[in-house]
Amino acid sequence: MRASATVNILLAVRDVSVVFGGIIALNGVSFDMHKGQILGLIGPNGAGKTTLFNCLSRLYQPSSGDILMEGASILTRPPHRIAEIGIGRTFQNVALFPNLSVMDNVRVGAHSKTSSDIISDSLRLAWVRRSETSVNKKVQEILAYLDLEEVAHTTVSGLPFGTQKRVELARALAADPKILLLDEPAGGLNHEEVYVLGDLIRRIRDDRHMTVLLVEHHMGLVMSIADHVVALNFGKKLAEGTPAQVQADPDVIKAYLGSKDQ
Amino acid sequence: MSAAEDVVTEGQAVEAVPKRVMTLGTGTSLVVLAALVILPVFVKNFIIFQMTMLLIYGLAVLALNILTGGSGQFSLGQSAFYAIGAYTTAVLMEQFNVNYALTLPIAGVVCFGFGYLFGQPALRLSGVYLALATFALATALPQLLKLGYFEGWTGGVQGLVVTKPDAPFGLPISQDLWLYYFSLAITIAIYVASVNLLRSRSGRAFMAIRDNEIAASAMGVDVALYKTLAFGVSAGITGVAGGLGAIAVQFVAPDGYTITLAISLFLGMVVGGVGWLPGSIVGAAFIIFVPNIAEGISKGLSGAVFGVLLFLVIYLVPHGARDILRLVERRRT
Repeated sequence: MRASATVNILLAVRDVSVVFGGIIALNGVSFDMHKGQILGLIGPNGAGKTTLFNCLSRLYQPSSGDILMEGASILTRPPHRIAEIGIGRTFQNVALFPNLSVMDNVRVGAHSKTSSDIISDSLRLAWVRRSETSVNKKVQEILAYLDLEEVAHTTVSGLPFGTQKRVELARALAADPKILLLDEPAGGLNHEEVYVLGDLIRRIRDDRHMTVLLVEHHMGLVMSIADHVVALNFGKKLAEGTPAQVQADPDVIKAYLGSKDQ
Repeated sequence: MSAAEDVVTEGQAVEAVPKRVMTLGTGTSLVVLAALVILPVFVKNFIIFQMTMLLIYGLAVLALNILTGGSGQFSLGQSAFYAIGAYTTAVLMEQFNVNYALTLPIAGVVCFGFGYLFGQPALRLSGVYLALATFALATALPQLLKLGYFEGWTGGVQGLVVTKPDAPFGLPISQDLWLYYFSLAITIAIYVASVNLLRSRSGRAFMAIRDNEIAASAMGVDVALYKTLAFGVSAGITGVAGGLGAIAVQFVAPDGYTITLAISLFLGMVVGGVGWLPGSIVGAAFIIFVPNIAEGISKGLSGAVFGVLLFLVIYLVPHGARDILRLVERRRT
């Protein structure tokens, strides 16, 4: 849909296959993500969405194929060195640090953007204090942006689920990622909350110049905010295109939407 | 099914303290500090010695607290690090005539190294398995210290006698009182540094790992590095405590550092409140004084009395000394 020069490709998934034992979880999946895009990745249960997601965050190693971030393969990086190249993520059922305050959760999000060592930290040297001050400033800005200021000092475990999801978003934003990977952000939210979330994701993309990969079950959300949709089924790419194109694709209707939804 | 789903179901090893309440308020800190500075002037030498041991065990409990309360890793092997620290100090002082104050940082660095190295294989273990591996370390070390191979340095089964240092600059105070203030200064310095550490980026990384390893890793936290660092820091502080302990007791011997010591330190941490650093000193007081109190109540059944007292603590204040402080604060408001 975009005049997509290759220059604009931020993340490229090239022919990725994942095999667990004898089961092919992903079979030669390829697609590109362009800068500023919201890409929706859809598919029925077991289609390979989460498997692909876990390849992107380096929890799984593809059996073949490559994943390129700005032209460089991410497959040689250990999981903890993914954040530093600008890939941020949230988790399917929220994976916060439950005993830390909202503010500290978001501060941990900035870990990849800062550096320190245990001796300087113990002595609280001047440069450590300066770095903390700038992290705090950034965190405050994000908390204000996501309307979390009131709960800044609250321990996360006591917060309602919807708020925890926003905290997770805030934590991902703290590293200023280029790509935001959202794993089923609408899961567990009610109708109204999903609507608000959709708005928020679009706002984040526009305000903070991010590219978003949205892995989602909620078709309404994907179809309303995604610019581009990739549909998977049984580990293979079924269709790709604008929401309207994918929605009209007969294979997709057969595999995923079925007769109930359409 | 998938790794991402496992993230949320992962059990939490340690229930932690929110960071803001990890320390005492300024007022309370000053009162405690004043008591620690003034009290020894008015008491007998034996009590001074006990207060010194209180600080030393307090440090060792604090070290365990950083490891368990901070990074969520269990250890029943702290006695091994304590022993290595004690022996480093004793051997340096007695065989190489190194100044006692200089031996402590060396003990700290040596133990940091041991802890860091031990943390490497420990990376593959968690929870009770890690506790077992550290237990093995604690069981093995006293025997290693007895080995004939090291006997020239360590004195083997006999151990080593350590000379108690005099007060410097001709200060008119007893050796015991000087050692107390010396220990107090070191304790305060390490306490402040520990609070700083846990409040910093590194400390947040520890706690993030404790709460959720996969999420921490996704945020860029090098889980293996910070887990081993936590072991190193904990062992290093324990080593300094061990070194001080050797000077205070004036004697090191393999059987002084058995698994019983490790269990006592673990007990002290739980009684003081896991993850609550000021509780370390309360926990230390418990493991030093309560056995004596139990013996005072019944000589023959001191172990049983101790057990009952421990039950009472667990039942009445499950979060340790932190619960007591919270009660006091609630009463006040």
